[in-house]
Amino acid sequence: MKKFDKDRLLLGLAGPALALVVAFLLTSVVLLLSGRDPVEPYTLMFENAEFTDVQVLILNQTGTYYLAALAVAIGFRMNLFNIGVDGQYRLAAMLAAVVGASIELPGPLHILLIVLVAMLVGALWSGIAGFLKTTRGVSEVVSTIMLNSIATSLIAWLILPANLGVQPAGSNDLTTGEIAESGWMPGLDVEGGSIYGFTLIAFALGVVYWFVLNRTRFGFDLRATGESESAAQASGVDAKRMVLTAMLISGAVAGLSGMPLLLGQTHTYSLSFPVGVGFTGITIALLGRNNPVGIFFAALLISFLEKTSASLDQYGYEKEIATIMQGLIVISVVVSYELVRQYGLRRQQQKVGEELAAQARKNKEEVAA
Amino acid sequence: MRRITRITTVGVASAALALSVTACGGKSSSDAASDSKNPKAALAYDVGGRGDQSFNDAAFAGLQKAEKDLGVKPAEAEPSEGEGDPDKVQRLTELARAGNNPVIGVGFVYASAIAEVAPKYPKTTFGLIDDTSKTGKNIANLVFNEEQGSYLAGVAAAKVTKSNTVGFIGGVETPLIKKFEAGFVQGVKDTNKNVNIKVQYLTQPPDFGGFSKPDLGKAAAQGQLDAGADVIYSAAGLAGTGAIEATAKAKKWAIGVDSDQYAQKGLAPYKEYILTSVTKDVSDSVFNLIKSVKDGKPQSGEVRYGLDKDGVGLSTSNPAYGKLTAVTTAVDKAKADIIAGKIKVKATP
Repeated sequence: MKKFDKDRLLLGLAGPALALVVAFLLTSVVLLLSGRDPVEPYTLMFENAEFTDVQVLILNQTGTYYLAALAVAIGFRMNLFNIGVDGQYRLAAMLAAVVGASIELPGPLHILLIVLVAMLVGALWSGIAGFLKTTRGVSEVVSTIMLNSIATSLIAWLILPANLGVQPAGSNDLTTGEIAESGWMPGLDVEGGSIYGFTLIAFALGVVYWFVLNRTRFGFDLRATGESESAAQASGVDAKRMVLTAMLISGAVAGLSGMPLLLGQTHTYSLSFPVGVGFTGITIALLGRNNPVGIFFAALLISFLEKTSASLDQYGYEKEIATIMQGLIVISVVVSYELVRQYGLRRQQQKVGEELAAQARKNKEEVAA
Repeated sequence: MRRITRITTVGVASAALALSVTACGGKSSSDAASDSKNPKAALAYDVGGRGDQSFNDAAFAGLQKAEKDLGVKPAEAEPSEGEGDPDKVQRLTELARAGNNPVIGVGFVYASAIAEVAPKYPKTTFGLIDDTSKTGKNIANLVFNEEQGSYLAGVAAAKVTKSNTVGFIGGVETPLIKKFEAGFVQGVKDTNKNVNIKVQYLTQPPDFGGFSKPDLGKAAAQGQLDAGADVIYSAAGLAGTGAIEATAKAKKWAIGVDSDQYAQKGLAPYKEYILTSVTKDVSDSVFNLIKSVKDGKPQSGEVRYGLDKDGVGLSTSNPAYGKLTAVTTAVDKAKADIIAGKIKVKATP
């Protein structure tokens, strides 16, 4: 077992911390340049976070983003860039809602079925990209982006009342019909609202993710293939199969990211189901360095920014301030991780150099003696 | 041993954080206090927000009028792109918590959010535009017969077209915009069966860019002009301004929507080519609701605005339109027939 390395931990934390400080300062510069108070928006955001209902909102959003980011991270660990998490998530949520609304089963079974359908659909959709990559060598970046658009059109067609959709009387919305109450997942009722049950499952999946990647042979193979496909192949790993498997798992987890909202609140997929979750997931996975704890805090941070900035426009500030800040965080993260990596590398070289020099000195003394 | 400690660390850390997040705040949404002496009214906008020269701006005009005439303190809140129901619930909650009454959700997307928030604030009136699926004692459903106004636009378009080709551009393919299409197509066909109608939608949900991206409207209008259309009716919110721009530059007729687009500053360079606009008196409905609350008799249930109450109609502010007497007579006749019930306008294409 590896010895606990304080330097490594510090360096690991330095990256995101540096990025946050830089993003924070740059946002203040933007505010100053546009002639605004550079501090007040932050105070307003923190005041907003004191409301219990905003806290519940943040936590629930964190759960959704956590799942999306895990889906992205699984791909990242394998050197696969799954940009299609958004499409996989939407299609999975939609079809799971359709299946959930069309049958009635005893409570836990109903929920389990909805969840399974979501995972299968998500895996199927990402599996197309995985299949194309392994058989035809199509870049997963290109194919998943395209699959996002295809998912959009497919959902638009499927949700028409002539197909699977339902238009409630008097409504201008299209839904998939309401899931019977047996398919509603109970939440944790706290002051200010209800924490979706699936939000807690999302965090539990983080532990599973950590265990599978770091403590199983499969996880080792996956990471090895991500580091170097040819090396992994030489040591007996079927790289193609790993690509396909990783893509399928990534899609299945992406399919789960719609579940907190679907099972906990809306109980139907409608035109106003959130979009863009998968893209935010990429930001979060990047910020959290594919580490389950890191991703959790990154998801919490992004949700905090989003939810507390929502009411800024009522105080005369554009809420896009938070969007600017998110963008700046992504840029600073990339830059600061590289800076910290180079610094760490230099330090390591120095340290090794010193140790070698000390060893050499010692040898000399021994010879002299 | 180490394995267990690391798992526990992760678990304890996330649990502690979760708990601290939920437990540290003392305030909650029930601390609201509404103030009857200084009435406040709030709008929660639909996609596109204020400045769309159309639907949201019409609602804002009603709020402005209430501010001027009734001394109501206005509040506004814009949505974020791609947000979901919880965010809308939060927005309405914050507006109600701040003591606004009424709180108006501009657009059908607020339906489920209002159904969730309204029972928590029984003393606040909630306005819901374009939706009657969710009702409640303190919910006023403000709805319009868009298809009737669009029918009149169809009559006008069929009368002025020389190429016998007209265009319809819908923002996002939703049931609401299909009502506009249905009325327009029926109006054109009832007037002149030989007119060819090009129908195009800019985006499919959940991509609501078709309501907010003028470049999409511009490209679609360009395509229809190339195909020979000489009258283009766009029901596409802010994206429709792009369609109007393209049509005016080609010196063809454009028909606007929701607000009287001839009168809008943002479209002034193109206004002589804006034949007319299908108005949807969102501004009046907003004003009426605010007034009813202020007078102590808040509206509740379905409040329908049709041709009969001038809730929808055709604007006549472009002098060029007034001069086309053959057109205006036909439109007036159709209007009278609809009100009298002689013409039934379909709400679905």
